[in-house]
Amino acid sequence: MTDLFSKFDPLIQQREALLATGVTDPFSLVMEKVLSPTVAICNGKETILLGTYNYMGMTFDDDVIAAGKQAYDDFGAGTTGSRVLNGTFDPHRDVETALREFYDMDHAMVFSTGYQANLGIISTIAGKGDYIILDIDSHASIYDGCKMGDAEIVAFRHNDIEALEKRLKRLPPEAGKLVVLEGVYSMLGDVAPLKEMVRISKENGAMVLVDEAHSMGFIGEHGRGVAEEQGCIDDVDFIIGTFSKSVGTVGGFCVSNHPKFEILRLVCRPYVFTAALPPSVMASSATSVRKLMHGSNKRAHLWENSKTLHKGLRDLGFTLGTETPQSAIIAVIMPDLEKGAMMWEALLAEGLYVNLARPPATPAGMTLLRCSLCAEHSAEQVQDILGRFERAGESDRDHLTAPFTHNFGTSTSAATSGHLRCHGLISICVPAWRFIFHAR
Amino acid sequence: MTDRSEMFDKLKGLIEPFNKKGVDLNDATTFAGDLEWDSLTVMDFVAEVEDTFDIVITMNMQAEIETVGQLADAVLKLVD
Ligand SMILES: Cc1ncc(COP(=O)(O)O)c(C=O)c1O
Repeated sequence: MTDLFSKFDPLIQQREALLATGVTDPFSLVMEKVLSPTVAICNGKETILLGTYNYMGMTFDDDVIAAGKQAYDDFGAGTTGSRVLNGTFDPHRDVETALREFYDMDHAMVFSTGYQANLGIISTIAGKGDYIILDIDSHASIYDGCKMGDAEIVAFRHNDIEALEKRLKRLPPEAGKLVVLEGVYSMLGDVAPLKEMVRISKENGAMVLVDEAHSMGFIGEHGRGVAEEQGCIDDVDFIIGTFSKSVGTVGGFCVSNHPKFEILRLVCRPYVFTAALPPSVMASSATSVRKLMHGSNKRAHLWENSKTLHKGLRDLGFTLGTETPQSAIIAVIMPDLEKGAMMWEALLAEGLYVNLARPPATPAGMTLLRCSLCAEHSAEQVQDILGRFERAGESDRDHLTAPFTHNFGTSTSAATSGHLRCHGLISICVPAWRFIFHAR
Repeated sequence: MTDRSEMFDKLKGLIEPFNKKGVDLNDATTFAGDLEWDSLTVMDFVAEVEDTFDIVITMNMQAEIETVGQLADAVLKLVD
């Protein structure tokens, strides 16, 4: 008998080798208590959280929690059914209304997660004979959406406008085309040149989908994301978002002005063949989305935090993923996984949690300590965080600077997120879709 | 119309800068096994081939290409 698990052997060995060096397993942290959006108890120790997607700190918002509790009382614990059968309760409709208001768009469709929103929308709208043109650093859920559908997949170099344009021009003019982009790429925290890319896509007859998972609530005048900030949101056909980041709950969605959008509720399998989210989650999410419409003070503070941390880390000598702070994500580039894991552990010992990200989740085979800021981090906490980085770095000076060379701007990295470094030209990207251990 | 050996030679020329180990190239040379390319190299190389011939090699096609010979056949079809 062939052991079906033998394909995981290289990963098992890598993991064992890493743990043999004595570091704590970075992928099995448990938060014993969560005290606030920015502080939890981990391993019995009070720890500042700098590796969550709780950008706007909504998880402990009084109104958000109260709305959820009320919905528990009014609607019970769960839906026990699909959105298209018995699973749509009043709070599900209400959160879709809140999203239409938030984005000022005609249609909103809520999925169980953002992952499923990408999976469902992409695989359903791009069919046989159509083309999906995507940034090579796209999130795993985008790759999986491609894999699930029947379209032809064309990748272009990360954030490279010219590479996108060339490929669009080479495709049959009459074929259906969907260009898939992200507002903020969550590994390095860099922003896409959406204005140019959306224009070029439209000029070449493509529809455009933008995943704004990491920008909702604090980028753009109304917090609608990078497309709003760059003034091209009206030309974006579909925006994908999630409740698991700024909104502080769980769930995913797509908003659109497409006149036929509602038909997707009948044909999109990851929407139809799964249970609807609990009413408590929907009520909390609706309240949170509405509060995010009026969060400008919090937004300003979040940006302040991002700038302070970026400058502070740079001054300490760390190599960062972006030249300037472009989002609420600041990525520290580590020389390799072992050093990354050691630094991660040293930070945890200092009472600071960051995300350790490594291939295939990361571009260009990088190991990253990803810091994500929260609007609820106080200015003092950010200074405290910098102090902890300094002390953790001192325990081994070598950790501070990565010899990794990285070009900024366009045409940076390559392979990526969804990608497993397998063997094969071919394995190139595809295995990527087949096989994701640790996508972001 | 490019004939096959001409195509093979052109591809050889494109592979060379990425052929760090100086592997001998023939129809059966594999990108993963023989050339030991990682996904980064593959992406750069595919882009190079695409730009040279003004074609698009979709990921669906790439999944089926394991050897230099298969690549030559695929590119020949695309430029036709
Ligand atoms: C760009 C992007 N899209 C989609 C998702 C999936 O979101 P969710 O956590 O709701 O499944 C994520 C988060 O991991 C993401 O980073």
